[in-house]
Amino acid sequence: MAVDLSILLVLVQDGIVNGAIYGLLALALVIVFTVTRVILVPIGEFVAFGALTLAALETGTLPGTVWLLGILGVASAACRLWASRRHATMRSVAWQIGTSLLLPVVVAGLAWACIHWQAPQLVKVLVALAIVAPMGPYLYDVVYRPMADASVLVLLIVSVALHLALQGLGLVFFGSEGSRTQSLADTTLEIGPLFISGQSIVVVLVTLALIVALFLFFERTLMGRALRATAVNRLGAQLVAISPALCGHVAFTLAASIGALGGILISAMTTIYYDTGFLIALKGFVAAVIGGLVSYPLAAASAILIGLVESFASFHASAFKEVLVFMIIIPVLLWRSWRTPALLDEGEE
Amino acid sequence: MRKLAAGLMLALGLTTAAQAADPVRVGVVISETGPGASLGIPEGRSIRLLPREIEGRPIEWIVLDDGSDTTRAVTNMRKLISDNRVDAIIGSTVTPASIAMVEVAAEQRIPMISLAGSAAIVTPVDERRRWVFKTAQNDALMAGAVVEHMAAAGVKSLGVIAVSDSYGDGWLGIMAPLLEARGIRVVATERYARTDTSATGQTLKVLSARPDAVFIISAGTPAALPAKALRERGYRGPMYQTHGVANADFLRVGGRDVEGTVLPVAPVTVADQLPENHPSRTIARQYRDAYEAAHGANSVSAFGSYAYDAGLLLQRALPVALRTAQPGTPEFRTALRDALEGLRDVTYVNGVANMSATDHVGQDERARVMAIIKDGTWQALPR
Repeated sequence: MAVDLSILLVLVQDGIVNGAIYGLLALALVIVFTVTRVILVPIGEFVAFGALTLAALETGTLPGTVWLLGILGVASAACRLWASRRHATMRSVAWQIGTSLLLPVVVAGLAWACIHWQAPQLVKVLVALAIVAPMGPYLYDVVYRPMADASVLVLLIVSVALHLALQGLGLVFFGSEGSRTQSLADTTLEIGPLFISGQSIVVVLVTLALIVALFLFFERTLMGRALRATAVNRLGAQLVAISPALCGHVAFTLAASIGALGGILISAMTTIYYDTGFLIALKGFVAAVIGGLVSYPLAAASAILIGLVESFASFHASAFKEVLVFMIIIPVLLWRSWRTPALLDEGEE
Repeated sequence: MRKLAAGLMLALGLTTAAQAADPVRVGVVISETGPGASLGIPEGRSIRLLPREIEGRPIEWIVLDDGSDTTRAVTNMRKLISDNRVDAIIGSTVTPASIAMVEVAAEQRIPMISLAGSAAIVTPVDERRRWVFKTAQNDALMAGAVVEHMAAAGVKSLGVIAVSDSYGDGWLGIMAPLLEARGIRVVATERYARTDTSATGQTLKVLSARPDAVFIISAGTPAALPAKALRERGYRGPMYQTHGVANADFLRVGGRDVEGTVLPVAPVTVADQLPENHPSRTIARQYRDAYEAAHGANSVSAFGSYAYDAGLLLQRALPVALRTAQPGTPEFRTALRDALEGLRDVTYVNGVANMSATDHVGQDERARVMAIIKDGTWQALPR
């Protein structure tokens, strides 16, 4: 079928908007992998949790994620206090209790207030983010930190297990049917044959802003440089007094926030289910792999490519869309293995 | 000698006493998690509404979740047969798992009642499928109603957007000959995945073929995505859906964009609007009231009623089988199968069932109602 200009433009627009979401997730995956060597499979659950938590706040029900946050908070406090039992100071204990035990209580209070007084949309978005984002560092404390020195493969297996557990919890909290959230920007822009929804503009702008913010964070701040140092050489970074635990916290907080934000952004344009996140994350993962799991610009660019391939595939050969999208990874892997014949093994690092 | 005889008598007496209290065990394999969860959860809840006793004989319902996974469904079924020694199997929720379970039913010679939609599970009734029955409407029965409505509305060309799984495949296969018989041309057939985040490409392709109407084949809330995409792209023509969407969540997610959609539904979806002379009117309302009393207003969907109806079929067949054999024996399972096949005029939530040696669903047009979505509710269309 012939593709006229208007259809082409719509497909490109659709591809870029979806690609932007994949790009966000690819960035989060790269951050977590470079800093902690964890392939964060459960990032998809943060996407679904973010979207469905916001949807629950909109319908005026207390989302189940609030309880999960509380439970994870308690577990994380226990792990942190135990890990630091030999060199605990009043200040460190207070900090740990504050961030792991008080924070979920405050957030739960906010969520309740948000439902009780019908807060504006932007406040609900922020509360939803506040509910999901701390889960990142809590999960790091409980699951990954005690085994931070395990091999990449073991960490990956743990990630898959965590993904399955969180997905099951998602089904319990939100049920099997999907939800949508209100649009953040209701206006529609009309440019020639194109109707550009306000939401898709928000998605692209937020993605761009985040990329710039991350760039500044990694280039200009001490914390960002510490993360980069850990990514380059963990032992070296530790020797110059960069705490791997702190880096892990920051990386996981970033990843959970970005994941939840991605979910919130996309949930106004599509229906999100408790298990939607995995497929979105998988496409983000493909983009991250194309970037070699280290390169941010390459990951972001390939995410846009994936979005475009997906959009055009859904027009021309919708039955084979997923196949075409995931096939992109094969030539890339071939090329990579050809470029670097000696695989970097764990032990040789 | 007398002592021995007495001992024997005692032992015999004990066994008969034990047998009299022997419960009938029914194994239920459903998809309470995984992609089929929105169907499996109401099914599990409906099983819990069924009576635990029939004619003084206790019935044990043993429910296992198969996670919408074919392998697990088969494993669960084998476990129920070998470990729990069940006399009948209900399940599974989805078609692929049900088809795999047919093999086990035939091999173990145990009656099975599937809750899935595809007619392929029970037709033709051959050596394997003689053990298998079904309560959900055959897709063909529903598809026939849809195609009739299209023909009556003057639809000449149709665009189809189908979900890319066995549900979509099954419907596409059934619709093709029906549409051809009515002279309706399919001008575009597009597929999308349940968890897709966008259906823009498919929508554009369908709309560029300029069809008179668009038919969306999908189940539950995922069916809202293409409907919303169509309206977003300015499509104002008629839209059809399958009975797979008939639950309150679809209306919630679809909102304004699914207004005016025409679809076939099970009687329970429009229980209050059934004509006075509809056989299922009373029982459909009873079932709905019982379900909604436990799970909240508007929570009822057709899927739960399939499990409830499977229970009703068993309740009618069990007393017949109990007259000839004892539960837990191969003879009882055979007797139960024969009793199920011999059921006539069983009024249940989904119409009236008349089983026969060639038809193991036994439904007619009383099992379907055409409906339209109006003001965010299901409205039965006059016949």
